Amino acid sequence: MSTETATTDVEQWGPQQWALAVVAWLWVLVPFGYGLYQLIIKIPALFG
Amino acid sequence: MAAGFLQRERIIAPPGWSRWLIPPAALSIHLAIGQAYAWSVFKAPLEKGLGISGVESALPFTLGIIMLGISAAVFGTRVDANGPRWAMFVSSCCFVSGFLISALGLWLGQYWLVVVGYGFVGGIGLGIGYISPVSTLIKWFPDRPGLATGIAIMGFGGGALIASPLTSQLLAAFGGTGDSPDVHGIAQTFLVMGLIYAVFMSVGWLLIRVPAEGWRPAGWDPSMGRQSAMITRSHVSARNAIKTPQFWLLWVVLCFNVTAGIGILERANPIFIDFFRNSTPAEVLAAAAVGFVSILSLANSLGRLLWSSVSDYLGRKNMYRIYLGVGALLYLTLTLTTNSNRVVFLLCSILILSFYGAGFATVPAYLRDLFGTYQVGAIHGRLLTAWSTAGVLGPLIVNAVADAQIAAGVQGPGRYTPAFMVMIVLLVIGFISNELIRPVNEKYHEPAAAEAGAKTGVQA
Repeated sequence: MSTETATTDVEQWGPQQWALAVVAWLWVLVPFGYGLYQLIIKIPALFG
Repeated sequence: MAAGFLQRERIIAPPGWSRWLIPPAALSIHLAIGQAYAWSVFKAPLEKGLGISGVESALPFTLGIIMLGISAAVFGTRVDANGPRWAMFVSSCCFVSGFLISALGLWLGQYWLVVVGYGFVGGIGLGIGYISPVSTLIKWFPDRPGLATGIAIMGFGGGALIASPLTSQLLAAFGGTGDSPDVHGIAQTFLVMGLIYAVFMSVGWLLIRVPAEGWRPAGWDPSMGRQSAMITRSHVSARNAIKTPQFWLLWVVLCFNVTAGIGILERANPIFIDFFRNSTPAEVLAAAAVGFVSILSLANSLGRLLWSSVSDYLGRKNMYRIYLGVGALLYLTLTLTTNSNRVVFLLCSILILSFYGAGFATVPAYLRDLFGTYQVGAIHGRLLTAWSTAGVLGPLIVNAVADAQIAAGVQGPGRYTPAFMVMIVLLVIGFISNELIRPVNEKYHEPAAAEAGAKTGVQA
């Protein structure tokens, strides 16, 4: 069985790989950040 | 769309494809379907707008969670066979259709369509979507399976963080709030949310890839991985897995861990109010209770990533010893200290909820350790029936015990301490079940030929 270790290390990424990765992660992190922010601003009331 | 587009052969990763593109694909699905945890935002508008009871307004959610377990169990093998793009696409179609059918039902004033749409059709989307990225992530991250599944399953916990404020804002914008909410406004909210999720989830099935045959992480060799008698090198089919005691012991572990978490989660708001009514000014008590619910949501979500990642180093069995054993001690502490120390109360509650979330996130890696990667998605699907059972069992126990205490005129923490003691018993039973888990008997292992196929990664 051939063994392939084809995943490119981050250092070897080209501009396209970087662009795709940044867009993909922003796609999920921006909404998550919005939800996290909305939640965190309610927490101080717990100690108010 | 050509049928071939969804086939596994079309999504085999080309050389150079980064495995770090797989978690965002998985998160696109899990952050969307995690909306289910935010169903409660719809409850008050539906009750006031349609004049229905609390039990009726909970029906779509309850049916959705039941369908999650059933569809994950029924379609698990097909998810493994057809691949993650097919599963994510079907999940998106069902989940989005659930919102659209609900919107139509509300527009026509037919609440049963909301139950069928969101609960039945959407629930199928929940089940298929939940397991869709799990085996793929495990195969892309053989060196860190706990971290990989923790990221995705944290997304399911985090989905409510997004959906809760989004739903509130859309309801307000369309006039679906207040004492006499516009039912058409609630329908518009369902419609818009369905369209948002259709776009959001599309990135999941467009981006997902399975590793090529023989692929492994650069510089990683299986022999370098963590060695333990509890980590098998063999593979067990889903059909055989359910014949093993290990599967059913793990079923009990998951079921009781989830039930214990729901013990607090189900009535977090009234628990806080009843515990601290006398020590908190009345004008800030309601806001403080909302803050308590928020901090528990955060603990539930972050616990999935944190503890599941730690399991890559400490081992799955040890982690469940912590979730169940320490969890029981934390419940005991809550029962003994009640409301005498708010910091202790908060710490115990936060840790219990973090263990609740972690129980979900660590179980796929535990299954991989016990049964191998061959049909881990299908086995995971069958195990999720434990979640459906706990989803009914947990609220039933807590509500029955608490309501009986309230009816008996009990005030303060005493309303909940009997329910907490039931949770301690369940956690101890779960702890013992975890202790009884041993490596799977060789007679259940797949023949060498099937194992060779499983190791290629093409069945991810």
